[in-house]
Amino acid sequence: MGPARILIDPVQFRLTLDRLAHQLVEEHGDFANSALIGVQPRGVHLASRLHTRIAQILGGEGPRQGDLDITFFRDDFRRRGQPLLAAQTNLDFTVEGLRVVVVDDVLFTGRTIRAAMDALLAHGRPANMELAVLIDRRFRRELPIEATYIGRRVDSLDSQRVRVAWSELHGGEDRVELWNPETEHG
Amino acid sequence: MAEFNHRHLLGIRGLSRSDVETIFATAREFKDVINRPIRKVPSLRDLTVANLFFENSTRTRLSFELAEKRLSADVVNFSAALSSVNKGETLADTVRNILAMKVDMVVMRHPHAGAAHYLSQKIDVPIINAGDGTHEHPTQALLDSFTLTEELGSLQGKKVCIFGDIRHSRVALSNVRCLQLLGAEVMVCGPLPLIPKHFSSLGVKVEYDMDEALMWCDVANVLRIQLERQEAEVPFFPSLEEYHAQYGLTVERLNRLGVSPLVLHPGPMNRGVEISSELADRDDAIILDQVENGVAVRMAVLYLLAGRLGGSED
Repeated sequence: MGPARILIDPVQFRLTLDRLAHQLVEEHGDFANSALIGVQPRGVHLASRLHTRIAQILGGEGPRQGDLDITFFRDDFRRRGQPLLAAQTNLDFTVEGLRVVVVDDVLFTGRTIRAAMDALLAHGRPANMELAVLIDRRFRRELPIEATYIGRRVDSLDSQRVRVAWSELHGGEDRVELWNPETEHG
Repeated sequence: MAEFNHRHLLGIRGLSRSDVETIFATAREFKDVINRPIRKVPSLRDLTVANLFFENSTRTRLSFELAEKRLSADVVNFSAALSSVNKGETLADTVRNILAMKVDMVVMRHPHAGAAHYLSQKIDVPIINAGDGTHEHPTQALLDSFTLTEELGSLQGKKVCIFGDIRHSRVALSNVRCLQLLGAEVMVCGPLPLIPKHFSSLGVKVEYDMDEALMWCDVANVLRIQLERQEAEVPFFPSLEEYHAQYGLTVERLNRLGVSPLVLHPGPMNRGVEISSELADRDDAIILDQVENGVAVRMAVLYLLAGRLGGSED
C-alpha cells in the first residue's frame, strides 16, 4: 500500500480515548452492573485501552471486560473461497442482566455489529447493549445500526481504507490512517 | 492467516500438520460454544447434511448429528438396514438419489475400505469419511489427538501406544497418521494375530508384551476388542479371559509397573476385557472428554469444509 494520510494523530488519539472513557464513566458510573466487550480481532485493543483509562479514572480494577469472536455469526460465511477462521472468545462472566458496551475500532457497514449482537445474545440476555467505536465511517451503512459513543466521524470514499494503528501491534505511536485506493497495489 | 484447502475429509492421509492445527484451533472455539447457555451458532443454517450409515454406529452418528445441529444445519439420516441397498442399488446410485433432494454435504460410514474415496470421484459434494471398513476414521483420530493436546500441550516427542485389536480397528491407521503428523512417536501393541504385518512399514514400533509397551509410553490408547469380528475359523485369541490376562489394562498392572500413562478409549468399552472398570471409572480418566471433544472436532471439520462451498446462489 502507498503512503497514508493521518486522520488522527497520536495527541488527538489520546484525547479521543480520554473523552470516550469519560463519557462511559459518566453514563455507567462505577460499572457495577456494566461490562466492556471488545469485538475480535480489532475491537479488543480499543476495549482494553478504554478499560485501562476507566480504571485510572475510577481507581480499582476497572470494569468487567471480555473479548467476543463473531466469526460463526457472520453473514458472509460461504461467500469467500476460504473458510473464515475463528479468534478467541474470552468471556468469563455471563452477560445476563448486564449493561453491555460493545466496542469496535471502526463502524463501517454495520454487519460486524449485527453479528456481534447475535453472538453476544448466545451468552445470555443483557439488560441493554450500547456500541462504542473509535471511527464511524458514516454514509456506508448497509444495516440500520448506529453507535452510542463515537471517537470521530469520518467521511471517506467507499474504496478508501481506514486503519487504526495501535502502538503495541503496528509499532510507532497510536494513530488512525486513511489509505488511498490508487496506491494500494503499489 | 492459516488456510484449509480441502474439499473432502477422506482420511488423515492428505492432511498437513497445519491443517490439523487449524482444525484444532477451530474445535477449541466450538468447544466454548457448546458450553454456553445457547449451544448453537448459525454458520450452516442454509445447508443440509446427510448422514449415510451403511454400517451400524450409534455414537459416531449421534456425535455427527449433534455437531451438525449445533451448527444449525438441517440433517437427514440414512441407515442401510432400512434402505434399498438391500434391494440391490449401487452405492453411487443411492447417494445420487439422496443428493437429488438438494443435500449439500455427506457424512458416510461404510463397511468397505475406500468407499468414501470412490464416492468422492462420483459425486460433487464434500464427503466426510466417518469410517470406511478397517481403513480410516479421521474424525476419531482427530478427536483423540485433540484430547491429548488439551492434556499434554504439544504432542511433539510424546510416546503413544495403541493397544488391542489393531487388525479390525478403523481407528488405528488414522490415529497412527495423525499422531505422527503432530510429531508423536507411535507404538502398537497386541496379540500377534491382531496386528497386521504392514504396520511396521508405517514407521511405528510393534510390541507384543503389554508390560514393555506400558513402560515405554506416555499415552495408552486402548482399542475395543471387536467381539463381532472374531468369528474366524481359527480364533485370533483363545478366550476373552486369556485376552484380559495378557492385554487387559488394569489398575493393578499400572501399579505393579509403577507407571501412569494417560488412558484413552474410543468406546464402546468392553469392561473386564481390554480395560478394567476400576480404571475406566477413575476420576482422572479422560474417556468422556473424548466424547465431548468429538462433537467440537466434528463441528470444526464440517465448518471448515462448508466454508469452501463458496458463493451460495444469491
